[in-house]
Amino acid sequence: MDKIYDLIIIGAGPAGITASVYAARKRMDFIVLTQDIGGQTIWSGDIENYTGYQFISGIDLAEKLEEHVKKYNIEVRENEPVSSIEKEGDIITVATPKGTYQSRTAIIASGKKARELNVPGEKEFRNRGLAYCATCDAPLFAGKDVAVIGGGNSALEAVLQLIKIANRIVVINNISKLGGDAIMKEKVERAENVTIINDAEVTAVLGDKFVEAVSYKKNGKEEKLPVQGVFVEIGLVPNTPFKSDIKKNDIGEIIVNNCNETNIKGIFAAGDVTNVPEKQIIIAAGEGAKSALKAFSFISKTKEKW
Amino acid sequence: MKNVKVYSTPTCPFCIKTKQFLDEKGVEYENIDVSSDQDAAQEMVSKSGQMGVPVLDIEGEIIVGFDKDKISSALGL
Repeated sequence: MDKIYDLIIIGAGPAGITASVYAARKRMDFIVLTQDIGGQTIWSGDIENYTGYQFISGIDLAEKLEEHVKKYNIEVRENEPVSSIEKEGDIITVATPKGTYQSRTAIIASGKKARELNVPGEKEFRNRGLAYCATCDAPLFAGKDVAVIGGGNSALEAVLQLIKIANRIVVINNISKLGGDAIMKEKVERAENVTIINDAEVTAVLGDKFVEAVSYKKNGKEEKLPVQGVFVEIGLVPNTPFKSDIKKNDIGEIIVNNCNETNIKGIFAAGDVTNVPEKQIIIAAGEGAKSALKAFSFISKTKEKW
Repeated sequence: MKNVKVYSTPTCPFCIKTKQFLDEKGVEYENIDVSSDQDAAQEMVSKSGQMGVPVLDIEGEIIVGFDKDKISSALGL
């Protein structure tokens, strides 16, 4: 742990990768710690608004990002989610389950992840009938009865994928009507094998080895719905499971100014994990570039001190 | 060469990444599409005790998800 990097980049989605490319071109001595390469881009279906590509699939863009980062001699450590970030004196210490790293600056670009229900049974039945990705897992529910939790666009998309696969789909929505785009909503409401339950709050996921039912509360009454599958589609939350003193807003986003600075000097943040207005791949990439340039100028300004 | 089976669906991004990784490393494998083969889907669930894809069966060693570290060590890469 004696090595002190110029920079540690946390995350390798569009923001983290763009920051890496900029840092490499500034010849900074740095390391990237991340769960995976590509981040949410991997899950994006078709992308038609990333300039330079009139059309590219999420998985292909993630591949392009990975190729770009590999062009430089950048040390990307995958499968290393960060557990804490601390700053003492001029040194930032970042810990992961695999090790501890030190640096003069850091960029947090850990993105967003699926929001969880936070009800009993959710963790136990994850991948045992409970899923967060209809695109991935829907085919395993052929002919089965499933519940889709949520009422926005991602929930509607999940329902549309399941319509042709599952036997019966029950949408459990916690507000009075479905949100999302009108076209999708009409398709969902017209489908014969879809039932919509509004104003209902999921209270538990039940089963033995696999999911057998969900319980929900409607009009103060607890109901039990037998299903073999549960798709949780209730939006995203900032991915900040690490311990730190970094300030966040009321929805958990890291607060940054227009120079990507957090409340801790030398610690920057970029992309969907921050309070930047609008979450877009191209915005995340731009923010990543800006944060690396700001980290570089921070290092250059303070270097005389060492 | 070890006998490698990949249980996957055509639409799951991490299935695609898993297969790309194996291709890159020159590993031969049998791709089993569980979206079009219900028996295979059942086989995957009973082998792995769960329903998430991808699942790799590397001569009896079951790996759930695209876990590069585990895949590499199982294959001695």
